[in-house]
Amino acid sequence: MSAILPPAERLWWKHPIDRVEGTWIALSFVWCMVMFFMMVLWHVYGDQNLSTETYKTTPDAFIAKTQAMVDQYTVRTETDLEIPVVAPPAGSDIYLISRMWNFWPILELEKDKTYRLHLSAMDYNHGLSLQPTNINIQVVPGYEHVLTVTPNQSGEFSIVCNEYCGIGHHMMVSRLYVR
Amino acid sequence: MSSATTYRICPRSGLQFEAQAEKLILANAVAAVVFLLLGGILAIGVVLTRWPAVHWLEAATFYQVLTAHGLDMLIYWIIFFEIAVLYFCSSTLLRCRIATPRIAWFAFALMLIGAVVNNIAVYQGGSSVMMTSYVPMMAAPSFYLGLILFAVGALIGCFVFFGTLVIARRDKTYQGSVPLVTFGAVVAAIIAVFTIVSGAIILIPTYLQSIGFVEHVDPLMYRMIWWAFGHSSQQINVSAHISIWYLVAAVVFGARPMSERVSRGAFLLYILFLQLASAHHLLADPGVSTEWKIVNTSYFMYFAVLASMIHGLTIPGAMEVAQRQKGYTKGLFEWLRKAPWGNPVFSGVFISIVGFGFLGGISGVMMGTEQLNMIIHNTIYVPGHFHATVVVGTTLSFMALTYYLIPVLFKREMIAPTLAKWQPYLFGLSMYFFCLVMMGAGTLGVSRRHWDMAFDGSALAYEWPGAAYMMMGLVGIGGIVAIVGGAMYIYITVGSLLWGKRLEGGEKSPKVTPIPPTAPAAAAQTYGSMGFVAPGTFVLAMIFLTAFVLYYFINWKYLSTLWGLS
Repeated sequence: MSAILPPAERLWWKHPIDRVEGTWIALSFVWCMVMFFMMVLWHVYGDQNLSTETYKTTPDAFIAKTQAMVDQYTVRTETDLEIPVVAPPAGSDIYLISRMWNFWPILELEKDKTYRLHLSAMDYNHGLSLQPTNINIQVVPGYEHVLTVTPNQSGEFSIVCNEYCGIGHHMMVSRLYVR
Repeated sequence: MSSATTYRICPRSGLQFEAQAEKLILANAVAAVVFLLLGGILAIGVVLTRWPAVHWLEAATFYQVLTAHGLDMLIYWIIFFEIAVLYFCSSTLLRCRIATPRIAWFAFALMLIGAVVNNIAVYQGGSSVMMTSYVPMMAAPSFYLGLILFAVGALIGCFVFFGTLVIARRDKTYQGSVPLVTFGAVVAAIIAVFTIVSGAIILIPTYLQSIGFVEHVDPLMYRMIWWAFGHSSQQINVSAHISIWYLVAAVVFGARPMSERVSRGAFLLYILFLQLASAHHLLADPGVSTEWKIVNTSYFMYFAVLASMIHGLTIPGAMEVAQRQKGYTKGLFEWLRKAPWGNPVFSGVFISIVGFGFLGGISGVMMGTEQLNMIIHNTIYVPGHFHATVVVGTTLSFMALTYYLIPVLFKREMIAPTLAKWQPYLFGLSMYFFCLVMMGAGTLGVSRRHWDMAFDGSALAYEWPGAAYMMMGLVGIGGIVAIVGGAMYIYITVGSLLWGKRLEGGEKSPKVTPIPPTAPAAAAQTYGSMGFVAPGTFVLAMIFLTAFVLYYFINWKYLSTLWGLS
């Protein structure tokens, strides 16, 4: 008779389903399919899909590639730490190091131009949180993640680390410019 | 061994308790409440630090407190209580003795030692690695060792549960199929086995790395397997608290499931698909393919979401049917208006169902959508979501069940019944508010697990919008009110256990009284495909679906304005 007793009918699986339940199951099923195919369709028609292009790497190799970009395209430096601001040409490969506790260097991009952004962490896991746009991506050590990004607004953006990475986590914040 | 034990039938509930099982349930439940108390004290430190105007603790202390809060609440409080629920759903509901009580006590000891060792490791400092302990950030070896001991204990507890099911079958203490609530507990235990084994697979090598035996645990591999433990442990909760919802519907209203087939089918979907959801945590990661993400994050086409939506209808639906049979048939909602709102067993569960569905469920599906995840990953939206599922859903259900068990299992009269009447409202509704403002702050991008949103000491600090600061202030206020609500629960439970008037437990007998076979009731025949037996619940379900659809597409709209990514 109740949920805490064995079912009264031995053949409970033959019990007919009430119309309330049947209707709800049908509606829910349709909604589940809508949600599933929405993800698939966005890969075909949508503009915001996270790339899965990934390579194994080492901190040394990634730093070397980043340094090469910095040497070639630095336009100025910022703050007392003289963090280079780098303006690589549109369409090029750009690199961003995540490490305790900074992002390096500062990138300066052009609006509506596309870049291949390479991300990697040097020590622990870090999180790239682009604000105020609010795009959030995990940065994992030992892996180089390559995203194709196209900024659609100009201005000054911030990159906040949003994966806990130790005592200085709250100081790990940087900028990104879009012209 | 079976002859050494005794059985009593509780005069208030008609439930039969076996002496050994009763002590085990009590011990596990008490340990759970102790860890809830500890986690609750730690919560004060967390909310008062994240409240920007207060910003109480130092960074190092904050991360330490946050690590311990996560472990004590998500693992120790909940799993100790779940082991108690498993023993209750097997030994008590099936009216048999518990299998291998000595091994069950050994499991309890392992869990307790593990939990204490792990807590000590965190308080010693040097293990402030958060509950997730992502490598290569390393904690002290005893941190992992404690977790592993606890997990082994919990695994043994699951097997004691399975053994008890075998004993009930062999001794023929019931006829036909196990009750629905026990079936739900079986689902929880199956998921628990998968969960704990995943935890062992990744935590043992990590432990070996911490003592220098293994050189390197791959960070991405760690995230993938750890989440098969970390997320799946929350799926144990879902199965356990949904079983409790069915149980409470049965004991408060005498409700029977609308259809055993539908409810059990929905539980079966959990076994098959619920585990895939660990992929939710890897949607913003490198190295995992799009196809893998889509199939797993959607529980293979959202079949586990379908199951939850079914339970969300059938539980209030069963209550409605039972109420209508009692004559509360006026309009759509007389059954609900005339429900026992002053009984914390009912109000706790009802607040839990609504909050779990509207706040936890909808937000969970939204953030588990592959592309939408990018707008919330690692923001404080995530704890906003899981406080709605784990606190409003699981913890509040466990609280409601405790109120039922105080006279039945503890054999004590509840102290402060008026306080108990208000507790689910204060705790549940302040948690609703707390979750909503956290999600609000997360939508504005505020990070989770972050000591200082003002970025003290950084030359390039980002200035969050004023609304984000306001939301985080409200998180602080809501959190403090919820902590008061939690303290009320602990006061009532512990107080009743210590000072409550002793109640008659029922005569002890060395013999089992099996469950009498139930004759199909006349009422059973009135159900069927011709009716529309729970129209009020159906209307509530349609409101839920509308909110779900709207919120889902609002987020796609928001996503479409972001930078192009491919």
